[in-house]
Amino acid sequence: MIKDITIGQYFPGKSPVHRMDPRAKILLTAAFIVMLFVSHNIWGLLVGAAFTLVTFLISRIPLKLMFKSLKPILPIIIFTGLLNLFFIKTGEPYFKWKIFQVTDEGVSTAVFMAVRIICLIIGSSLLTYTTSPIDLTDAIERLLSPLKKIKVPVHELAMMMTIALRFIPTLIEETDKIMSAQKARGADMETGSLMKRAKALIPILVPLFVSSFRRAEELALAMECRCYHGGEGRTRMKQLHLSAVDFFAFIFTAVFFAGVIVLNILL
Amino acid sequence: MDSFLKAEGLWFSYINEAEDPPVKTEVLKGVDLDIKKGEFVAILGYNGSGKSTLAKCFNAINIPEKGKAYVDGIDTSDEERLLDIRQRVGMVFQNPDNQIVATIVEEDCAFALENMGVPPAEIRQRVDDALKTVGMYDYREHAVHKLSGGQKQRVAIAGIIAMRPECILLDEPTAMLDPAGRREVMKTIKMLNREQGVTIVLITHYMEEAAQADRVVVIDSGEIMLDGAPKQIFTQVQTLRNLGLDVPQVTELCYELKKAGVDIAQDIIGEEECAKALFELLK
Amino acid sequence: MAVIKTENLTYIYGEGTPFEKRAVDNVSLEINEGEMIGVIGHTGSGKSTLIQHFNGLLKPSSGNVYIDGERLWEDKARLRQIRFKVGLVFQYPEYQLFEETCYKDIAFGPKNMGLTESEIDIRIKETAEMVGLKSELLEKSPFELSGGQKRRVAIAGVMAMRPKVLILDEPASGLDPKGREQILTMLKDYHTATKSTVMIVSHSMEDVARYADRILVMNRGALYCLDDTEKVFAKADELMAMGLSVPQITRVFARLKEMGVSFNKDVYTTPYAVKTILERLGKSV
Repeated sequence: MIKDITIGQYFPGKSPVHRMDPRAKILLTAAFIVMLFVSHNIWGLLVGAAFTLVTFLISRIPLKLMFKSLKPILPIIIFTGLLNLFFIKTGEPYFKWKIFQVTDEGVSTAVFMAVRIICLIIGSSLLTYTTSPIDLTDAIERLLSPLKKIKVPVHELAMMMTIALRFIPTLIEETDKIMSAQKARGADMETGSLMKRAKALIPILVPLFVSSFRRAEELALAMECRCYHGGEGRTRMKQLHLSAVDFFAFIFTAVFFAGVIVLNILL
Repeated sequence: MDSFLKAEGLWFSYINEAEDPPVKTEVLKGVDLDIKKGEFVAILGYNGSGKSTLAKCFNAINIPEKGKAYVDGIDTSDEERLLDIRQRVGMVFQNPDNQIVATIVEEDCAFALENMGVPPAEIRQRVDDALKTVGMYDYREHAVHKLSGGQKQRVAIAGIIAMRPECILLDEPTAMLDPAGRREVMKTIKMLNREQGVTIVLITHYMEEAAQADRVVVIDSGEIMLDGAPKQIFTQVQTLRNLGLDVPQVTELCYELKKAGVDIAQDIIGEEECAKALFELLK
Repeated sequence: MAVIKTENLTYIYGEGTPFEKRAVDNVSLEINEGEMIGVIGHTGSGKSTLIQHFNGLLKPSSGNVYIDGERLWEDKARLRQIRFKVGLVFQYPEYQLFEETCYKDIAFGPKNMGLTESEIDIRIKETAEMVGLKSELLEKSPFELSGGQKRRVAIAGVMAMRPKVLILDEPASGLDPKGREQILTMLKDYHTATKSTVMIVSHSMEDVARYADRILVMNRGALYCLDDTEKVFAKADELMAMGLSVPQITRVFARLKEMGVSFNKDVYTTPYAVKTILERLGKSV
């Protein structure tokens, strides 16, 4: 059933990574991505990988969950790996057959790229696994708030995100209900050509749109009744505070970042 | 007592611009109504009688076409005072799903206060108070979509009372709930009225709910037909039926018995008094 | 003959997950042809899950469902055919209307059954009359109609399939007293005219008491009872303990009993209450 799909990847917990300020998490994730891309030798990358591993262990996210988020990326990792393996012609050849040849440089580049992508996925998944979507939205709004000065509607965008998150479960439930109702009237959504199946969606999509508009209208009214008048003069109940965990995380990341730079220069 | 909500010769129409020429539907036709501070008023009427439209005139969602609507002496057509009006008169709607903005209970409850620019520490305090009042404090960190209908509706009420309004308008708040949810909501509404002195305007189709109010107003085709204490209203069984409305079963019973020649009081609207009257008759 | 029969029907949500829940627990029941059944139970009692088994929208975790003597899920290819025998009207059915005109919307079910144009036309006209829709409304968009009319169109869409059993989940919810009355009377008339089985799921004990021959009570996933209306309301105390409400009139008579005035039979409708009291007073009715 559609209802069973869990929305977002948030995995609630109380680890130090969970407790960090979401703004700090976003900034440090960005720093981490830069770290992965500036390291241009395998030693630098290993420092990045060590950083990923340590953070992952601290977060206490189950290994199984992490595999799940890597699974969809696996074909890409394999594809780029093979590409690097067979089409890098420089370096000492190990093996040659027709146009294909595998060189030592090809192997090291393939491994290098694979490790980089895996670290990238694990690192960014850690952000979404340890931060609730609401906290993320909140943090993005605050980080982007300087952009309000150049007339970017930061508050409006964040509000839209919040409402979307709120209504996803409601709409999923509704879709489920409409599907059951149309099935009860003999709608057939499982057999027939692609064209026929696409047409079979009309009895589901039309009511869904109609009801979404109705919901939007009612919600807008309810928001107005609760004094909503845009982002101007708005305060927030929850204040984000940088705490000791965040300062520690900054230092921790800085040390690893420095390690990467040093290794880049030395080797 | 002071008048809190006041309508004077109120007219309101909806204009459907999609039609050519635009079609105008008159919904309210000269409504005069005066609701006092601390009153609990139930509004009855069939769907389309204009009762929701009237309620929306009292928090400046609808601006009267003719006549005036006042909230605590403020003219609702005064745009400068819009937020003042909405802080004084909160509104709860029928569908609990479509009035909850945030994913988490306490975040939703804070929404109005955040809009009003209340300082964070005070928001926290008021949100906690409001959730305790409706008995949802233990659920403050729960996701809204996992609650029952009655619980969602109580969260919606908490979001309104966090504004500390003097009056709450409820537009069929129990229509989509099961009997248990209906009882939860009615208990909350009555408590707010009796213990906190909040003025309550309850639009409902359930006669048993209306019987619990201090005063019942019946609207028909945009005009006020009946206005009085529940005992005075519900005993007009035939008039109410003609208006497409019901009466509580106990009132109907006494009415039918009287018609059959039994000497029984005609102003019975509650179970206990009905049982007592029947007991006197049958003992 | 039983038109619907279940044997040890059990349905478990999210089997094998931490959210596992027995929504329907070992329910065995028989519903006869031509009955008018009221279905009651608190929210989450499993009544909605139960009725979705009757036309194969849900597959039992264990146990069986027989429709008209035929076992559901035995042959998946037959499922759709059997489904046409049991019409299911969901709560707020007006929210599933989608066609440009009411006519086309009512035709959706019959079309899926593969009926001819002329047969569909006959059925639409017949059901429109049955639900009280004026013929000029048929060519209008369903979205232009009033709430009560929309609901009639939606119900007609299922009736036009001429199911042997018509099941409605809260058909009167959200309507005003007059609208409720009209919809329920319309269903009673449909029941009388077609002699088909009708099941009404409702929270309103007053409505169920007035229209049903038998009442099915669900409690925490289990079948609490399926019995004649008066016998069910005789258990008023137990129903109230389950979080269900009984008609106000029944509560008054329960109170009278406490005071020492008791009657042989339980009272659950106003006309019956009037009759009972008049008889006791020795007045002719």
